[in-house]
Amino acid sequence: MTAEEWQIVWFTAWVSALSTLAILPFGLALAWALARRDWPGKSLVETFVSLPLVMPPVATGLILLKILGRRGAIGGFLHNQLNLDIIFTWRAVLIALGVMSFPLLVHFARVAFEEVNPRLEQIARTLGASGWRVFFTITIPLAARGIIAGMILAFARALGEFGATIMVAGNIPGKTSTLSLSIFQDVQLGDDTHAFRLLGVSVVMAFVAVWCSQLLMRRKGKM
Amino acid sequence: MKHMKKVLVGALLLFAVIGIQAAEITVFAAASLTDSLKEIAADYEKSSGDKVTFNLGASSTLARQIDAGAPADIFFSADEAQMDGLAKQGLIDASTRKSRLGNSLVVVIPGDSTLQIQSAGDLTNAAVKQIALADPKAVPAGVYAKAWLTRQQLWPAIEPKVVPTENVRAALAAVESGNVELGVVYKTDAGISKMVKIAYEVPRADAPDISYPMALVKDSRQPEAAKKFLDYLSSKEAGQVFTRYGFLLRE
Repeated sequence: MTAEEWQIVWFTAWVSALSTLAILPFGLALAWALARRDWPGKSLVETFVSLPLVMPPVATGLILLKILGRRGAIGGFLHNQLNLDIIFTWRAVLIALGVMSFPLLVHFARVAFEEVNPRLEQIARTLGASGWRVFFTITIPLAARGIIAGMILAFARALGEFGATIMVAGNIPGKTSTLSLSIFQDVQLGDDTHAFRLLGVSVVMAFVAVWCSQLLMRRKGKM
Repeated sequence: MKHMKKVLVGALLLFAVIGIQAAEITVFAAASLTDSLKEIAADYEKSSGDKVTFNLGASSTLARQIDAGAPADIFFSADEAQMDGLAKQGLIDASTRKSRLGNSLVVVIPGDSTLQIQSAGDLTNAAVKQIALADPKAVPAGVYAKAWLTRQQLWPAIEPKVVPTENVRAALAAVESGNVELGVVYKTDAGISKMVKIAYEVPRADAPDISYPMALVKDSRQPEAAKKFLDYLSSKEAGQVFTRYGFLLRE
């Protein structure tokens, strides 16, 4: 493994973890709202959030490219007002990974919240706990298994993301190159040994992620 | 049963007739040839009755696909290195190899940009944050651009700004979108886009010689039809189309 290969591995792991953490508050809030509340337009929002899971990743990437580009609504604002560019930078990788793994997190967290017995929450409320306190001391701990499963799947999805990333971030060595992008690139260039080494790393990373999740699940199960 | 047989024989005859009348030639061609080749092929289809289909992309990618056994009849590369690679492995018919087209490099900027580029040195300007290039590791347009900037002893300063793209047309698209300050593409690419303008033409003496070789692929299933189209690509009619798109004719 060369220094350049390690850089790719670290960048991929780091940006995937960061994107999972970044979507966590939004994902939990939305999952809770979907699980516990009825509001107008709920099914619309639900469908909309699931889109990245079903649409071709490249199509999602194209939408992001148009919104975040310098001539797009958000990208143009950031470029002109804050001199901040998204497209072709690591920020684009982060956003692409976050958008692509968001539905997985929401889905799993929602199921987890739905399985928490509302009576336990109500009892806590009658004993005088505030809504926030109930959420953090009753709901979250009881739903933790599902939430962690959702986070691991979101992280795994981010590790392997390709289509949306290549659209918005390109494949810039040392800057936006992730494992999937590098493997594709190496095969295109005929550098199979390089590709195989990165392939090996991917297998190890996937193995460790799944293994950790299983260990976590087992410990939770004993509690 | 008898009926079935008749239908089958009929269908076979029909296919045989179609097969005799029209060959379908598959051309693997550099992305920079897209527009000119499509026009030439349309003319050729009318006069010959054969059908020409294209697989357009980075020459490096196409060479890799042919190497992996992709069903190509003709390879039309944007640099000699990719053709040499296939020739070395005996994958092309060397006797049919010809290099008739040349091209030149230009620096393009988005249509609404006010950037001034007077020399290669201006690419190192702080206002130029990102530069779109076809991947300089393998894609010909990027390899040529890198060779030009290396000769100017600017490559180390430019390299950190490079956004490598799949092929030269993707570099053009990145400039069109306005997400990079500039790009280096072929003059012929700049000519087809209304959303970019040429900021600087690379003097031909500064850049490496840009040459487009074409050849018959050894495993071609219809070498005769493919050779006819190869000849047509070297004809005066085809030459006129290439020149109109800005290619240089060599001989």
